[in-house]
Amino acid sequence: MSIDKDKIKHVSKLARISVDEKKIDDLTKDLSSIFKFIEQLNELNTDKVKPLSSILNEPLRSRKDEINDGKIRDKILENSPKKNEEFFVVPKVIE
Amino acid sequence: MTKEKEKYLIDGEKGKWEVVIGLEVHAQISSNSKLFSGSSTKFGAEPNTQVSLVDSAFPGMLPVINEFCVQQAIKTGLGLNAKINSYSVFDRKNYFYADLPQGYQISQYKNPIVGEGKITLDLPNGTKTIGIERLHLEQDAGKSIHDLDPSNTYVDLNRSGVALMEIVSKPDLSSPDEVNAYIKKLRSIMRYLGTCDGNMQEGSLRADVNVSVRKEGNKELGTRCEIKNVNSIKFMQMAIIYEAQRQVELLEAGKSIDQETRLFDTKKNETRSMRSKEDAHDYRYFPDPDLLPLNLNKELIENIKKNLPELPDQKKERFIKDYSLTVYEANVLVSEKEISDYFEEVVKTSDIKLSKNWIMGDLFASLNEKNISISQSLVTAKKMAQLVDAISSGIVSGRTAKEVFEIMIESGEEPNKIIESKGLQQKSDPKELEKIIEKILSDNKDKVEQYKSGKDKLFGFFVGQVMKISSGKANPQLVNQILKDKLKK
Repeated sequence: MSIDKDKIKHVSKLARISVDEKKIDDLTKDLSSIFKFIEQLNELNTDKVKPLSSILNEPLRSRKDEINDGKIRDKILENSPKKNEEFFVVPKVIE
Repeated sequence: MTKEKEKYLIDGEKGKWEVVIGLEVHAQISSNSKLFSGSSTKFGAEPNTQVSLVDSAFPGMLPVINEFCVQQAIKTGLGLNAKINSYSVFDRKNYFYADLPQGYQISQYKNPIVGEGKITLDLPNGTKTIGIERLHLEQDAGKSIHDLDPSNTYVDLNRSGVALMEIVSKPDLSSPDEVNAYIKKLRSIMRYLGTCDGNMQEGSLRADVNVSVRKEGNKELGTRCEIKNVNSIKFMQMAIIYEAQRQVELLEAGKSIDQETRLFDTKKNETRSMRSKEDAHDYRYFPDPDLLPLNLNKELIENIKKNLPELPDQKKERFIKDYSLTVYEANVLVSEKEISDYFEEVVKTSDIKLSKNWIMGDLFASLNEKNISISQSLVTAKKMAQLVDAISSGIVSGRTAKEVFEIMIESGEEPNKIIESKGLQQKSDPKELEKIIEKILSDNKDKVEQYKSGKDKLFGFFVGQVMKISSGKANPQLVNQILKDKLKK
């Protein structure tokens, strides 16, 4: 995969990370070389290897369907930059 | 009618167009607690009171899966005749929105818990099978409230993290009516299974509707648009009709369709592009490192399979066989589990034919009129059975029973009590009726002569007189019989 300036802009927009225009060239170079390094893995033939989602060889732990959490509204809202007694308050988002 | 004629087609300026529809239904799983946390899922609670540190995505919190939600998904998959995947993976679907505190939704992408299945629709001209592409588990988002403040949006995270099943159909639907039948059947199956309450007012069932059009007979699919988050069958149908027409007009004008996400404006009855979702399809899915793959063992699946309740299609077959119902009657009676339960409770003790006529006739009419469900009716199955028994044992006539029923739907009183307190019992004592009839015949000697000399129509006159004198309470069969006997002599 080639990394160009547009790709950097697109990804930074998706990730909501603002990137200084002056740094884009350097970032493009850095990321390209990182990708080049990683892409060496493509030389391996993995046709017969199943994709691995986790390296831990144990089952997913589960819980019973019980209500044992919640009712902590004050705590939940405590760190919100803007709030009222009941809600998180955010800038108007409307379609 | 030929198949061709029944097809739903749009008449364009330059020919006829077919509509191709696929649905992504989001069904809220009936569970006490959320998919990955122990907060309650109860509808209608105070804002942000059913939110844990996991649901609000505080740093370092780990999701732990609710095993009941997994079982509910398996159950639903089996109800859709689908393949249950013993290996499935949870992925992160990344996007930013104010009501999604994690910045990603935990969903399933490449490896869903349920694979291909099917649903059979009962349409007026027969059945149609609709393919199911997949069913996967995912988290619901919170709720944004835009109308409490002119310059801000309020966010309630009570719904954040509630378990959803996304059920994706194949693009097998081809008309608004089929969409109606599909949603109703899917809802009915889930309600029979107890996996989703199907309450569309409370948002337990919503759908994204994919619509494309193509020239009649064309095999290739056109470019589709996705109409997001439509929450009633009526709106789905309206959105499809609008959107299909829009696409036909664009294509006939030589323009092309942009594959995009659109929103249905219920007030203006139109769909429009959601610009905010321009990058929406770039979700950068990857396996959630906080969750291991979900491995299901065969015993669990088999065990759920063994304990599946009777589903609408099976119940329909049994109703047709056991109660000699027509296909139409059986479809109506099994459409909701509450209705079929009601019917079965009534016919356990009472006459089948009378019961079915009363339930599908007067009872349904009263439910429609009051806009309530069968379980909300004051006429319980037990009371309905009592009324049917009163008719079949000759205590009241069918006509009087209607009078009794009118009182029952308002007061919920027992029919036997109404009949007794209002003195509505039929006169079924032959001696008493004979007396009345003899008097009428001797008072109307001229008419008796006319009848005997061939004026058969006068029979109705005599019956009418008996009914008049008995205030309509004379048992009609008995009156007919006695009158016939007397007039022969």
